Amino acid sequence: MRKWGLSSFIGSRVVAVYARSAIVLTVALLTLPLSFGLLGTLLPALGYLPALGGHDIGLEHFGRLLAMPGIWASVWLSLASGLSTTAISVAVTALFLAAFAGTSVLRRLQHWLSPLLAIPHAAAAFGLALLIAPSGYLIRLAAPFAGLDRPPDLLIPHDPFGITMTAALVLKEIPFLFLVSLAALPQVELVASRRLAASLGYGPVAGFLYLLWPGIYRQIRFAVYAVLAYSSSVVDVALILGPNLPGTLATRLLQWMNDPDLSTRFLASAGAILQLGVTATALVLWYFAERVCGRALTALRDRGHRFPGDRSVKIAAASAVIVAIATVFSGLALLLVWSFAGLWTFPDLLPKGLTLRTWQAALSQLAMPLITTLSAGVISTLIAVFLTIGCLERETETGKRGGQSALLLLYLPLITPQITFVFGLQILFIGSGSLDRFAALVLVHLVFVLPYVFLSLSDAWRQFDIRYDVLAAALGRSRLSALLAVRLPMLTRAIFTAFAVGFAVSVGQYLPTVLIGEGRIQTITTEAVALASGGNRRVIGVYGLLQTLLPFIVFAVASIVPALLYRNRRAMQV
Amino acid sequence: MTNDIIVAGLVLAGIEIWLGDHRLIALSAEVQPSRVLTVMGPSGSGKSTLLAFIGGFLDPVFKARGDVTIEGVNLTDLAPESRRAGILFQDPLLFPHMSVGANVAFAVPATISRRSERVRIAAHALAEVELDDFAARDPATLSGGQKARVALARVLVSQPRLLLLDEPFSKLDMALRQQMRSLVFTKAQDAGLPVILVTHDEADAQSAGGEIYRMDAVSGQEP
Repeated sequence: MRKWGLSSFIGSRVVAVYARSAIVLTVALLTLPLSFGLLGTLLPALGYLPALGGHDIGLEHFGRLLAMPGIWASVWLSLASGLSTTAISVAVTALFLAAFAGTSVLRRLQHWLSPLLAIPHAAAAFGLALLIAPSGYLIRLAAPFAGLDRPPDLLIPHDPFGITMTAALVLKEIPFLFLVSLAALPQVELVASRRLAASLGYGPVAGFLYLLWPGIYRQIRFAVYAVLAYSSSVVDVALILGPNLPGTLATRLLQWMNDPDLSTRFLASAGAILQLGVTATALVLWYFAERVCGRALTALRDRGHRFPGDRSVKIAAASAVIVAIATVFSGLALLLVWSFAGLWTFPDLLPKGLTLRTWQAALSQLAMPLITTLSAGVISTLIAVFLTIGCLERETETGKRGGQSALLLLYLPLITPQITFVFGLQILFIGSGSLDRFAALVLVHLVFVLPYVFLSLSDAWRQFDIRYDVLAAALGRSRLSALLAVRLPMLTRAIFTAFAVGFAVSVGQYLPTVLIGEGRIQTITTEAVALASGGNRRVIGVYGLLQTLLPFIVFAVASIVPALLYRNRRAMQV
Repeated sequence: MTNDIIVAGLVLAGIEIWLGDHRLIALSAEVQPSRVLTVMGPSGSGKSTLLAFIGGFLDPVFKARGDVTIEGVNLTDLAPESRRAGILFQDPLLFPHMSVGANVAFAVPATISRRSERVRIAAHALAEVELDDFAARDPATLSGGQKARVALARVLVSQPRLLLLDEPFSKLDMALRQQMRSLVFTKAQDAGLPVILVTHDEADAQSAGGEIYRMDAVSGQEP
């Protein structure tokens, strides 16, 4: 019989129950919507959807799907843009880290790369469009020299090979892979390995790739798979910049899903299963590419190739990153200028006048989408933070980490194409007659917010000096009291940052919002993407900017509030 | 249980700590109030696991058995937060988000619930280590020696049953080290606390003046 003090007994029980429930709920959130969603897509794909009169199981809808004009072109586009986005992003990230990890160049560029992560994909895509469209800024800059007085007849951005779309995806995935790799960097012996490689005559890039990259890649592998899955099934960026006739598989699926003729849903379901196949194929191809590249790297290493003069590689890597940063930020600047622009004719570099009209007109319709965006973001992120802290506390309690399988579980919703399982969820929600769309929206956002919040908070939580916990207990404090008075306050900054990350993820969600909202829930992001086809640059400027501003404001608050709270505590400042 | 003779000091009975098949520690000892048991061993010998076992926060990779009793209470039956096993680490580990005074007040037992009383006790404890008027200070602005004294004041107000010292002097410079040693041992003596000191520094052991248990990196057998 254990003799516990009553209050400490309660304090410890509360935390233990909370931590254990958080694990159960988190695992449920990561697996159940996914499994039910997949099932909800698979059954109609096979013809079974009683609500729409589908009772017979068969492959009829796949037959219809494969007979759709240009379907293989769409499949090919999705596969090619997914693989090329991932290959380019990984290559740039690897070479940039190889060239500059541990140097001041990296530290300086890091300040510019990190914020890119918070910018929603759609906003980055709009910015790129304003930059490189035939009447975009780059051509305006070139116009006087090329003697252009009207926009050239170029099929940009919607070029048939999806190059513009791939470019926009690369812009967003480089910062993501960069930050994930940066988090993995402390696990390898950077300084010592660099010295060793240099002393043996290896160029810095070769030395890094031989000695350190394999270890880093092993840690970021799932993030790379998430990039591949995302870019092979993305919808919003493809709508804004991608090819039209035919579009990528995912954009065509969305059309079918929104078709007023409900029987098209069978076709859409079959297509969603095909999308799963496309993404799976991309993953398998990538897996083989991994092995080939690994072999090649080993072969070069075993032959002792030292690549001592790697200046050109360094310059290329730095240029790629600088161009990416410059592109995104000039895109944002263009969104800003367009949102205030009066008359702005080609090839003028500046509008003739500035006006508040676009903002005034937009603001009158903004209230509801803005409220929905904020509340869905805040609620789903708060839940995600609460669950994450519980899971991490359980880890502390048991002293055991989840390992690779837990990490895979966390990445599962990010490695499965959104469109495949969220569509199934939509069918289930309609089928169950559930009308609480907002709750469903929060739930679906949570599925995508949770992994990012967890990944963002877990490093700081695990690096926390456990002796503080020991001290609090030795001083007679219950676990609850230690958590509330010591650990959580000391991790304020990390928790706020994780919140900001989660919120940015929620704001950026296009597809889940459109599917679950069924056109009846609007957020800033769905409104922005809906405006894309209209081509009104001023309104696009307003929405693109708002989409970017919301996460930025939250990130700013997340860094200012802890600084204010602990302004008199030097060790709590960064 | 009720018929046992209650021994005043700390009794370590048949303590064994294992890592897999490897026995790190095998120890039985009595430590009278105000006396010090020094556990000496090179780093990596696992000597800190003894303190972790007594405090109740031994990593589950270790297996341990044995009883730790003090004033007739078997500590191994209690949750870590109910053991009142005060501990000082190598680093002072002041909570960086609290003022110096709040750091000390945090340790005042829960039975004293009036805020003003807790603040008064903390201020008094700080004065005892010659840090009057430091209550409002940010711990980050203190010198190494001052931080160590705050940590000592903090552990003393928690009314511990015993004191566990995990190489608490090893990061202080020479002059300060001697000062802190005598301060800690004096305070522990005044409070009548049995002390277990873990160290690799012979000077610590001599200064402590009590029994010494030596372990080596390989087997950790009793001497």
